[in-house]
Amino acid sequence: MTQYASITLQNTDDARPIIEAILADNTDVQVLNMPGAVKLDRDHRIVVNRASVEERIGRSWDPQELHLVLISMAGNVDEDDDYFALEWKK
Amino acid sequence: MSAKKLGLKQRYALMTRGLDWETSYQPMDKVFPYDTFEGIKIKDWSAWEDPFRLTMDNYWKFQAEKERKLYAVLDSFAQNNGQTGLSDARYVNAIKLFLTGVSPLEYQAHRGFAHAGRHLRGVGPRIAAQMQSLDELRHAQTQIHTISHYNKFFDGFHEFRHMHDRVWYLSVPKSFFDDARSAGPFEYMVAIGFAFEYVLTNLLFVPFMSGAAYNGDLATVTFGFSAQSDESRHMKLGIEVIKFLLEQHPDNLPIVQKWVDKWFWRGHRVLGLVAMMMDYMLPKRVMSWKEAWEIYFTQAGGALFQDLERYGLRVPKYADIATAEAEHLSHQNWAIFYQYTHAAGFHTWMPKPDEMDWLSEKYPNTFDKYYRPRFEMWAEMEKKGERFYNMALPQLCTTCQIPMGYTEPGDPTTICFRTSQYKGDTYHFCSDGCKDIFDGEPEKYSQSWLPVHQIFQGNCGGATVPDVLDWYKLNVGADNMDYAGSPDEKIWKAWQDAKKSQGAARPEDADAMTAAE
Repeated sequence: MTQYASITLQNTDDARPIIEAILADNTDVQVLNMPGAVKLDRDHRIVVNRASVEERIGRSWDPQELHLVLISMAGNVDEDDDYFALEWKK
Repeated sequence: MSAKKLGLKQRYALMTRGLDWETSYQPMDKVFPYDTFEGIKIKDWSAWEDPFRLTMDNYWKFQAEKERKLYAVLDSFAQNNGQTGLSDARYVNAIKLFLTGVSPLEYQAHRGFAHAGRHLRGVGPRIAAQMQSLDELRHAQTQIHTISHYNKFFDGFHEFRHMHDRVWYLSVPKSFFDDARSAGPFEYMVAIGFAFEYVLTNLLFVPFMSGAAYNGDLATVTFGFSAQSDESRHMKLGIEVIKFLLEQHPDNLPIVQKWVDKWFWRGHRVLGLVAMMMDYMLPKRVMSWKEAWEIYFTQAGGALFQDLERYGLRVPKYADIATAEAEHLSHQNWAIFYQYTHAAGFHTWMPKPDEMDWLSEKYPNTFDKYYRPRFEMWAEMEKKGERFYNMALPQLCTTCQIPMGYTEPGDPTTICFRTSQYKGDTYHFCSDGCKDIFDGEPEKYSQSWLPVHQIFQGNCGGATVPDVLDWYKLNVGADNMDYAGSPDEKIWKAWQDAKKSQGAARPEDADAMTAAE
């Protein structure tokens, strides 16, 4: 069975550039749009890159700011200054 | 030149480690008396890995920001009379169930994590439990604050805390948390952190809160998602507890497996209330309970347990039964509440024809065959003025405390009964899952506070239904019975009429109109 790494974010102005960054930096992401929320699933690993978000919002961004718009997730957390990733180890 | 900023991992290590000490005036075992009796063996507390590297300074910063956002929405919702913009006032009944059944659990979780944190001797899990304890208190407060707005207009909210401790169906969620909090600290962490938070709360906070958004309740969706942003951290704490325990000693595996089996089944039974909220109580629906179960248990839980296989942990016992029950659960629960509407603190109704069609579409294997005929018959009886009420007090399952209305696995026409003997008494159960839990700890569960038994023993205000409802502080004729004919319906219709006749009328005008009648 496919192990989806998954992240669900609020559908807000603060979260939209993060969603865009995820879609740009990860291939084959499945998107489930729900009222008020967006669920992004990808086989085994999904990553949010700081640089990619900063490029879109035009200011510096701390990956821990994700906490403000995060609804849910699945996978083991791998977190550092430059990225936030969720993954299932193969 | 300023000093180079430390990296996240270094910063985290410096601010969370080495803060503890070995006690010398008292032996450690006396300071931490509860972290050994469950049989869990810990060789190295420092092996605890924090799932999020969130330090206290960032924690306060982010939590304050979340609160500012939430309260801006709440003010706006109240100022703009957001309650008049709901899809339909029937929706509010789901929020009544939330406030009486779920919000008090947030407070219980606050107490539980404060206690578990105090009694775990490793500093890593202690800090994580402390943060979660604070989160849970925030959740209780924000939920009560948000929902208090509805109390100004609708019935059934006024005595939520009192009702949580007394009303028959609220003993289902209450006893769930009482059970967890009266267990040892490791079992508590596995029960709430892992089985409930990781495996099951998505089902409550994601599709149901999305449903709140869809039904125009922007206050509830905002507290829901604000709480859920903490919940993501809690989920990770839950999975970390499991990994830590399984890595520490092979003897921990059978103990942890037993807890995972037990708390998965306990949680599944409690979430039956949410199944009913999603399928029957949201006038506009986002997804069915069955679809939510597929996404959040079958798919997400599947990935999780595949990951945990390396430790020898298997999928919870009876997960297959729970999945098969997703076809029936919401229908059977709604049928129970419909029959006992006179004793419930919220309103019920039979689904409208288009809502029945939605249920047929979402449940092609079961709804038309087993549930539609019964619901159509009840709707027909209502029309004839013969609305069906069940006046007998139901037999309850000793473990989950739900009336024994569930059916046999594979046979939805036969009620499922199981029994066990303990010290000369017979105890009754709704399922093999609940029977197994009792058989594992009969001394604990034989002491359950079962609402129906308590009524018969004379401990609930008196011998008649009105006596008991009075003891519940239930405002008869306003809080209970069908939505049709309720004061809730009356005020809602007045608002809708005012909108039609006066353009953008204020609800104050509608109140005045209602009062003038």
